[in-house]
Amino acid sequence: MINPLRPIGRAFLAFLATTGRLSMFTVDGVSHCVRPPFYGRQLLRQVIEIGFFTLPVVGLTAIFAGMVLALQSYTGFARFSAEGAIANVVVLSITRELGPVLGGLMIAGRIGAAMAAEIGTMRVTEQVDALTTLSTNPMKYLVAPRLIAGTLMLPLVVFIADIIGVFGGYLVSVYKLGFNPSNYLQNTWEFMEAIDVISGLVKASVFGFITTLMGCYHGYYSGGGAQGVGKATTNAVVSASILILCFNYILTLLFFTKDVAG
Amino acid sequence: MSQDNAAKIRLSGVRKTFAGGKKVVLDHVDLEIGKGESVVIIGGSGTGKSVTIKCMLGLLKPDSGSITIDDKEVTTMSASEREDINRQVGMLFQAAALFDSLPVWENVAFGLLARKQCTRADARDIAVEKLRLVGLAPDVLDLSPAELSGGMQKRVGLARAIATNPEIIFFDEPTTGLDPIMADVINNLIVHVNQTVGATAVTITHDMASARKIGDRIAMLYDGRIIWAGPTDAIDHSDNEYVDQFIHGRADGPIKMAVRH
Repeated sequence: MINPLRPIGRAFLAFLATTGRLSMFTVDGVSHCVRPPFYGRQLLRQVIEIGFFTLPVVGLTAIFAGMVLALQSYTGFARFSAEGAIANVVVLSITRELGPVLGGLMIAGRIGAAMAAEIGTMRVTEQVDALTTLSTNPMKYLVAPRLIAGTLMLPLVVFIADIIGVFGGYLVSVYKLGFNPSNYLQNTWEFMEAIDVISGLVKASVFGFITTLMGCYHGYYSGGGAQGVGKATTNAVVSASILILCFNYILTLLFFTKDVAG
Repeated sequence: MSQDNAAKIRLSGVRKTFAGGKKVVLDHVDLEIGKGESVVIIGGSGTGKSVTIKCMLGLLKPDSGSITIDDKEVTTMSASEREDINRQVGMLFQAAALFDSLPVWENVAFGLLARKQCTRADARDIAVEKLRLVGLAPDVLDLSPAELSGGMQKRVGLARAIATNPEIIFFDEPTTGLDPIMADVINNLIVHVNQTVGATAVTITHDMASARKIGDRIAMLYDGRIIWAGPTDAIDHSDNEYVDQFIHGRADGPIKMAVRH
């Protein structure tokens, strides 16, 4: 007779093992970010990949998010004759939440998947082993530049996305809903506080770290063959997305507990 | 190939298991490889040849036993000490394992660039020289590895393995997947570079033609142990029925292949 507790125990042990391995991977990866030698070319490649090539997809996401937000806010606020608050809602939502979260999720899909696939393929084709035999630490060469680039570049991408998102709200408000352009911009500027943007950029930095960490981790421990790489890619995107949403809540709580309590 | 009595690499009682100790792949492997010697480890698929070479390279850690290179115990070394040891090592992987994201010349010069031993211009010149040594013209320098045939990839892998003039070169199934002519070309290149570089060479293969051509000595791995080792020209008179069955490629004999019906 099969003990029903056995699969639960096995799953729990597997969870602990994965958590331990991920923790060690994280510590190892971060320690290589601050210890020489540094691979400048690898870092530059990742900076361009994350900071430049993701701009179109993040920008499109942001502009449509801003446009939809303006439309939906109008539908709601018009009932209370509070259309003037649309600029406020758009800028707060974009800078605090939608910019970093949607940007993070889009980058998890684009960059996290690409990293897991690239490192996973390198693992199964023995390229990671080849690095070791060439006296090059794979953590330092593959993982550290990605972690640094993700953590530093995502805030920049999200900052640009914030501007584009607010511009999307402006377009709809001015050209579709008939708002006065200068009033709209004035409302946007007046309602926005530094903490709104800063909190979003801190979130973006954390999401950048999470996305690149998940991409690298799942790729690094990818199983054999095409199926293993496919699974690593899926796991990277899913785990990064879930962690982004979890950490978004935690960071929001840390930044804005006073607002909520007040 | 030159050879003296000093052991460059020594394996003593190396044991390696997987699946939590349930699958024993290496069970007390003992082997000595002399300085400047070319040793070929033969054995069927799944007998632990790759695991043996990965243990020597530090890619896998044995469960027990000792591996020394130049009389230094490498199984207990720190990662940075191991990196230093690997500076004197070159490795030709079975599928070449070239870096897709880098052009051919950067693949060849990777070890030099990583160690910052020379400028990029000098590294490129060395890559030209090493590629010429393995019979490739400079017009492949800027190609991507994906643009090369399997044989050319092996040659580039070989050029990368010898680029830093290593003291030890490992060859993992160097002729697998190549046509007989290309396989012989690679064998000749290995013999040539071993003579040119004067390195200690460790090859794993199940290709007997390759083993006979490139090995000073052959060791046969079976059931997790070295069951026979001796000079290449003695393998036909080994008086070992396992060796005889393997080198003649007979289905009947003491070695039973795991076939599921």
